[in-house]
Amino acid sequence: MNKFIRQNQLYQLILARVKETIREPGVIFWGMIFPMLMSLGLGIAFMNKTDIFRKVAVITDNGVRTSNPDTNLTLESFFSKKAAQVGLTGDGFTSFRYTIKDDKLGNSTFLFQKMSWDKAMVLLKRGSLSIILNEKNGRIEYHFDPMNPDAQLTYLKLSRIFGGNGVPVGENHENIQPLTVSGTRYIDFLIPGLIAMGVMMSTMWGISYDIIEKRSKKLLRRMVATPMKKSHFLIALMTVRLVMNFVEGALLFIFASLVFGITIQGNLAALFMLFIAGNMVFAGMAIFISSHTSNTEVGNGFINAVVMPMMVLSGIFFSYHNFPDWSLYFIKPLPLTMLADGLRSIFIEGAGFAEITIPSLILAATGILFFATGLRIFKWH
Amino acid sequence: MDQVPVIEVKAVHKSFKTVHAVKGIDLRIFKGQFVALLGPNGAGKTTLVEMIEGIQKPDQGEIHIMGKKWRGNEDELHQIIGISLQETRYIDKLTVWETLKLFSSFFNLEKDRVNEIIDITGLEEKRKSYIVNLSGGQRQRLAMGISLLNSPKILLLDEPTTGLDPNARREIWSILLKLKQQSETSLILTTHYMEEAEQLCNHIIIIDQGEILKEGTLEQLLDESQDKKIVEFTLEESQFSADLLMTPSAFHIHWDPVNKKGSLEINQLETDLPEFFKFLNQRNLQLKNLEFRKRTLDDLFTQLTGRHLHE
Repeated sequence: MNKFIRQNQLYQLILARVKETIREPGVIFWGMIFPMLMSLGLGIAFMNKTDIFRKVAVITDNGVRTSNPDTNLTLESFFSKKAAQVGLTGDGFTSFRYTIKDDKLGNSTFLFQKMSWDKAMVLLKRGSLSIILNEKNGRIEYHFDPMNPDAQLTYLKLSRIFGGNGVPVGENHENIQPLTVSGTRYIDFLIPGLIAMGVMMSTMWGISYDIIEKRSKKLLRRMVATPMKKSHFLIALMTVRLVMNFVEGALLFIFASLVFGITIQGNLAALFMLFIAGNMVFAGMAIFISSHTSNTEVGNGFINAVVMPMMVLSGIFFSYHNFPDWSLYFIKPLPLTMLADGLRSIFIEGAGFAEITIPSLILAATGILFFATGLRIFKWH
Repeated sequence: MDQVPVIEVKAVHKSFKTVHAVKGIDLRIFKGQFVALLGPNGAGKTTLVEMIEGIQKPDQGEIHIMGKKWRGNEDELHQIIGISLQETRYIDKLTVWETLKLFSSFFNLEKDRVNEIIDITGLEEKRKSYIVNLSGGQRQRLAMGISLLNSPKILLLDEPTTGLDPNARREIWSILLKLKQQSETSLILTTHYMEEAEQLCNHIIIIDQGEILKEGTLEQLLDESQDKKIVEFTLEESQFSADLLMTPSAFHIHWDPVNKKGSLEINQLETDLPEFFKFLNQRNLQLKNLEFRKRTLDDLFTQLTGRHLHE
């Protein structure tokens, strides 16, 4: 029996593929270490409260009219009483700095720079400042792009400062409770997304690239000129990839649970099912896009064309709910979106089979469809 | 020889987008026969062999292997055929032994056979080396070993020694000569080295531009002109003028402008050679060097096409 297994071509194909994979040092780094580093970097970057630093332009009409200090009454008195003059900054503007201290949400520092309207518009367009203040008859006008959320936030903070007669209002956060409980942090959102992305990237590159390379090396046609079963070749390729993906995902999870205390709140069996379905959909797509070409550069292009849009749209790093409503119809059915959302619902929301079965079936069916189509047009020679 | 040909190719044609690669070729190869397809690059050798291997389908004509067509008999025919394609690159990070083991599993073979192959191909020292670290000759011996794993009745080798140095080439030849002695295997080998065809094969098919120009044993191919000898000569540099050689005469001189070397065929040394000296004298040309040699397949090819095998 043991001997039979050793001779068995499927076993030998899997063995060869495993050896080929793990003997490539890049596999270990890109598949296992890199995702951990990425989660570490992003997790730390978004876990610390962030200090805000914003430049604000203050218009002084030094062009047409002679400057009348009275017109800038509120601002000028604020600068002289509350803000610290920085002197000429590198940009050549008279500047004042004002900081709101805040232990919970991070400090907000504003750098007010006096300049002409024209100059302010140039800097606004360049994106080096997002809001322009102009005081007319004791009233402060705020000029900013209402579509820019950062400008809105700056506006809200500034309007609080200048709210009552130019007297800054102290910050009082007694009713704010920062959410740092496991499950609600950015890292909790990120890790399931990174696992989903890892499955996509490893599968697409691992399978597609391998097939295209073996075809371009004429190894594929050499192999099918033996009694080797074509299905065994593909099954070996996909099986090894599935196992590698599992190891990569598990390592990333273990790492994240040790460093960030990530937990899985939902059903583990459902998670496993979804993971298999995710592997199926990308394996199917990988077979499909590598079914014909023997040019590795063309293959690169194909893989990127599939992978890049999903990386951007599927909400791996930031929620796709910031995209316009109409685009969600295209984004939600993307395989990576479905996999990442599904993994997140199990990790964070405690979902189980009830929530996961339908997406899993859709992913698996899509994978089978791509696989079957790819196999029909597959070029072995 | 068996009556039923091991390989039978009937009026096979194959075209690609811009080339008519194979134009109506017929072949019959019998058990134990070693056949060379000799021709320059682009002659259609690879296309023909790949059709016999079942990798390409002929546009017209029929191919029978052991009396069977490829269609519907793939599994059976793959069991009895061994092939080595031009420029196959095996998996870089597998060892010689692992690669052979993998391929042996496709034929359901025991590991003893893998050891035998390592022995036959002389790769014992390289057993544990990764493919990526093998020399060109070692890779080619491995490819040969893989094609021999299943003790094939038919062996198809596409340019097995192209790009190898003379030593590595001789190692490949010695493997094949041992196989020839057992006379169980029929071989088709494509090559543009005439020595390879001469050394290994008892039947040589000269092929150019998709057609068979001539075929037969080495003796048959060269016998037709057994009396003919080849004279090669060089001239004193200062006196050289290609035009003078091309003026009409009784001699058909082939001038190689790169090596500055002339060659011609003569039938009777005793009468023709003095004539040739006279011919040179009349044109005030002085010989620098002159030698005779036997006619080769390359001479025959040049006679048939006006080109050399390597051009």
